[in-house]
Amino acid sequence: MSAVVVWAETTEGRLKKPTLEALTAGRKWATTLGEPLWAVVIGDKLSENIPDLIAEYGAEKLIRILSPEFSTFIPNAYARALAALIREKNVSYVVIPQTYDGRALAPLASIWANAALFSGITTIPEKQAELWVARRICYSNKGLEWIGTAHLPLIITLKANSIIPEKSPYSLTIEDFSFRPPVEDLRAKPVGVEKVSTDKVPLTEAEIVVSAGRGLKGPENWTIVEELAKVLGAATACSKPVADVGWRPHHEHVGQTGIQISPNLYIAIGISGAIQHLAGVASSKNILVINSDPEAPFFKAADYGIVGDAFEVVPRLTEAIRRYKEQHSH
Amino acid sequence: MKILCCISHVPDTTTRIQFTADGKALDRSGVTFIINPYDDFVLARAAELKEKNPTGVHVTVLCVGKNGASSTDSVDANLRKALALGLDEAVRIDAEPLDAFFVASQIAAYAQDKGFDLFLFGKESIDYNGSQVPGMVAALLGLPFISYATSIEILNGSAKLTREITGGKELIESPLPLVLSAQKGLAEWRIPNVRGIMQAKSKPLHVIAPLSVSPRVQTLRHEPPPPKGTFKKIEPERIDELVQELANKGLI
Ligand SMILES: Cc1cc2nc3c(=O)[nH]c(=O)nc-3n(C[C@H](O)[C@H](O)[C@H](O)COP(=O)(O)OP(=O)(O)OC[C@H]3O[C@@H](n4cnc5c(N)ncnc54)[C@H](O)[C@@H]3O)c2cc1C
Repeated sequence: MSAVVVWAETTEGRLKKPTLEALTAGRKWATTLGEPLWAVVIGDKLSENIPDLIAEYGAEKLIRILSPEFSTFIPNAYARALAALIREKNVSYVVIPQTYDGRALAPLASIWANAALFSGITTIPEKQAELWVARRICYSNKGLEWIGTAHLPLIITLKANSIIPEKSPYSLTIEDFSFRPPVEDLRAKPVGVEKVSTDKVPLTEAEIVVSAGRGLKGPENWTIVEELAKVLGAATACSKPVADVGWRPHHEHVGQTGIQISPNLYIAIGISGAIQHLAGVASSKNILVINSDPEAPFFKAADYGIVGDAFEVVPRLTEAIRRYKEQHSH
Repeated sequence: MKILCCISHVPDTTTRIQFTADGKALDRSGVTFIINPYDDFVLARAAELKEKNPTGVHVTVLCVGKNGASSTDSVDANLRKALALGLDEAVRIDAEPLDAFFVASQIAAYAQDKGFDLFLFGKESIDYNGSQVPGMVAALLGLPFISYATSIEILNGSAKLTREITGGKELIESPLPLVLSAQKGLAEWRIPNVRGIMQAKSKPLHVIAPLSVSPRVQTLRHEPPPPKGTFKKIEPERIDELVQELANKGLI
C-alpha cells in the first residue's frame, strides 16, 4: 500500500497556512482513496512543535529527510530528495503547497519522479473513469479549465485559499528517510536573505487585502489604507503605476505583471479596475470597490461598491469596523 | 556566452476570451496574441547583456508553437518582435504546446547539445499560469534552477542572482549553466526601435520539427467563469450595514 504524501514546508520552524491547506487537501484525498496520509519534512533539523501540528491536520506518518545540506531551500536538492522518496516508497499522490518554494520544487520533482503535474488547481482531484480530474483558472480569470491525467504518480499544487484548513487529528508515527543530495544539486547556493517586512501578513496568504491606486494622489496619503488594513488584520497591496512611481514597494504590486491573489475579501480603493489589474485579483471571493467615479470599470467586477471620495469613505469604514469589532469582541 | 530565451505566445490580456463549441480549446478567431509579459522581462535582460558585450554574447529566442490562421496569431511575428530588441536568432519548434511536459521536453531536446550558458524563462505564462516549464527544463537537463529571479549579474562564468521569496528576497550564487524564471524586476521592458525592427526581418528564424513526446496532462474542457454574484451599491451613509453584511458572511 502506498500513501498520499504532503511536502510540509517549514518556515523558521513553523508551518504556514499554505502547508495547512495542503495537509487538509491531502487528508481529504487520502480518505477518498482509502490510503494513509504522510507528511514529509526536508531540512537540517526538526522543530519540536512540528510533529504535533502535522498530526493535528491529519497526517498519520511524518517522514523526516534530514541532512545538513538542507539547512536552506535549494530547489534541486529538495526536489531530488522528494523524488527519491516518491520512487522508493511507490508513492502515487503528492500535494505541494503553492508557495514560492513549492512552485520551484514541483516541476523539478515531477521530472525526477516521472510524475504528472497539476499546478495551481482549485479542486482536489476526482476520479472520473480512467482519469484524475481537477479544475484550474485560466486566461486571467476569464475562463476555467478542467484537466485530466491517467499518469501516476500525480503531483498537485493548489491555488492559495482554495481550501480552508481543517483540523483532523491522527496519531503520528515518525520515520527517517535517509538521503543526501549529490553535489551537482548544490551548485546554486543561497548566500543571504533580505527581509522586507516581517510584521505583516504575506500578500499571497492573506484572507483580506486592502489595496489602493492612483486615486490616493500621493504616498503621504496611505495612512488611511494602513489603518483600514490594521483593523482588519489585512495585507496591503497596490496597483502597478503606484509601485512604478515608488509610492509603494514593488512587492505590493498586484495584477497581471505583479502578484496574483485570491483572498476572501479584496478592498480596492481609488483603483480604476483596468483589465491588467483585474487579471491578478478577479478570483478574489468578494470584492469591495471604493471609487469616486460611478463609471469606474472596477464596479463591474465588484460584489460591493461605494461611490465616494476615498478620503471620506475609508476613515468612515475603518471606524465602523473598529466599532463593530469592539461590540463583538466577546 | 550563449543565452536561450524561451517565450510563450499568449492571448493579449485585453482580449475577449471564448472557447470552441466543444470547450476543448480557445476560440482563436479575432484574438491578438502577444509575447507573454514575463518573457518580455527576460528578452529585455538578454538585450542588456548583449549590448554590453555584442561580440561575446549570442542570444537565441525559442518558442514552441504553430502559427495561427490570422496575422494576429503568428508565433513567427512574435519571434521577430523579440529579435528586434537586438537578439541574434530565433527558433520555432513547430508543434501545438500540448502540456508543460511536452513543451519542456521539446526545449530540452533542442538545447541539449548546443552549449547554452543561460536559460531564461518568464516565471509563468498568463494563459494557464502553470509555472512548470522552466523547472521541468532544468530537471531534464540537470541544471540549477532559480525561480522568481528579480536580478542576475554575470561575472567570470558565474552568476549572482536575487530571487523573490515570501516577505523579502534571497541572494543566490550559481555557476553557469543555469535555468532561471523571471519575476518583474529582472529588467525594464523594452520597445524595439525602427532599426531593430528592420534588422530583425533578415535574422535567421529556424523552424524545427518536434520530437514525438506524449503529454502527461490533457485538457478536458473549458468553461466561462461562474457569473458574478449580485452587485450591491452602498451609500456612504450606510456603511454600518455593509460592515454587518461582511460580518454575517464571516469575512471580517
Ligand atoms: C502589459 C501591461 C501590464 C500591466 N500590468 C498591471 C498590473 O499587473 N497591475 C496593475 O494594477 N496595472 C497593470 N497595468 C496598468 C493598468 O492598465 C492600469 O493603468 C492601472 O491598473 C491603473 O492604476 P490605477 O487604477 O491605480 O490608476 P488609474 O487608472 O489612474 O485610476 C485611479 C482611480 O482612482 C479613482 N479616484 C481618483 N480620486 C479618487 C478619490 N479621491 N477617491 C476615490 N477614488 C478616486 C479614479 O476614479 C480612478 O478610477 C498594466 C498595463 C499594461 C499595458
